[in-house]
Amino acid sequence: MSGQGQRLNVVPTVTMLGVMKARLVGATRGHALLKKKSDALTVQFRTILKKIVSTKESMGEIMRASSFALTEAKYAAGENIKHVVLESVKSASLRVRSRQENIAGVKLPRFEHFTDPGAGDTKADLTGLARGGQQIQACRAAHIKAIEVLVELASLQTSFLTLDEAIKTTNRRVNALENVVKPRLENTISYIRGELDELEREDFFRLKKIQGYKKREIERQLQAAKQFAEEQFAEKVSLKKGISISSAHNLLVAGAEKDEDIIF
Amino acid sequence: MAGRAQIPTKNSALIAMIADEDTVVGFLLSGVGDVDLRRKRNYFIVDSKTTVKAIEDAFKDFTTREDIAIVLISQYIANMIRFQVDSYNNPVPAILEIPSKDHPYDPTQDSVLSRVRYLFSAESIASSRY
Repeated sequence: MSGQGQRLNVVPTVTMLGVMKARLVGATRGHALLKKKSDALTVQFRTILKKIVSTKESMGEIMRASSFALTEAKYAAGENIKHVVLESVKSASLRVRSRQENIAGVKLPRFEHFTDPGAGDTKADLTGLARGGQQIQACRAAHIKAIEVLVELASLQTSFLTLDEAIKTTNRRVNALENVVKPRLENTISYIRGELDELEREDFFRLKKIQGYKKREIERQLQAAKQFAEEQFAEKVSLKKGISISSAHNLLVAGAEKDEDIIF
Repeated sequence: MAGRAQIPTKNSALIAMIADEDTVVGFLLSGVGDVDLRRKRNYFIVDSKTTVKAIEDAFKDFTTREDIAIVLISQYIANMIRFQVDSYNNPVPAILEIPSKDHPYDPTQDSVLSRVRYLFSAESIASSRY
């Protein structure tokens, strides 16, 4: 992946350095938190999976028991109950309610069954009034128990699927932070540091050069000033003595040697 | 999180069934059967004469209806529309495969469990068998 050499395009200033550092800190903290979340979700996932496997097996048992009960009922009440039951369907008396539960930060659905008392139960009650009523009641009870197990299994299954997706998303985010965002920020920070160092070096170099110039300037000025001062003096002497400037100059130069013979 | 399907909190939802006659009759006895005002039922009886297309249509109908929270489908029927069942990804309604009288439950064919078959080491099944 080209993620290794990438960096953000920013102006390499000190402010940006501070901003990038803050973002890196945020990314690191977010990465640790998301990893923890992913671990917690995986733990939940495994417990739910185990529960699903065991519930499915018990469901097999219960379904078998309920179909036995049904066969008994059919035997006792005659074959016609099928039609009677099919005719007597009106409004469902056994329904499910769905709620949301928050587990480890993920909203998981939960189903629970409940009996709606107002719905039409009367017609089905009359089934088997002629014969086989007990078997029919037993069959109904067995099926209601089966429905309970099935509802629980359904909510386990939906939580399972939702958790699966949540784990995938969280892992995707963790990987993105780890492999893309953080290296990019780190590269940007080292780039900014490098640029700042270079600017500093440039500044330093410029400073040194200017210092050199200034020194030379000052020396030159000193020289010029000295020369000017000498010429001025020579002029004064020449005016006093009425001699040319160059001989005055020579005079001064010679006089600077402190000749004892000359008494002024 | 915004893009994910929201699971509605409903107060009363139905259980749909796609199974053979005996299973359906048994569950209708317990009271899950429902016929609404438009004579739409929440169960679909499959016998030897039902076409695969009819089963597919019933499945699609049940999964798109808003008042159905769980769809119970016999495993051998699910095998007939295995492709559709496997490509169904929404959490609601939940699709549950149930065994029928002649076809006992086979966990290797369950669409949900097959997705995590890699987690099915012999040890995890064996430990739950004890």
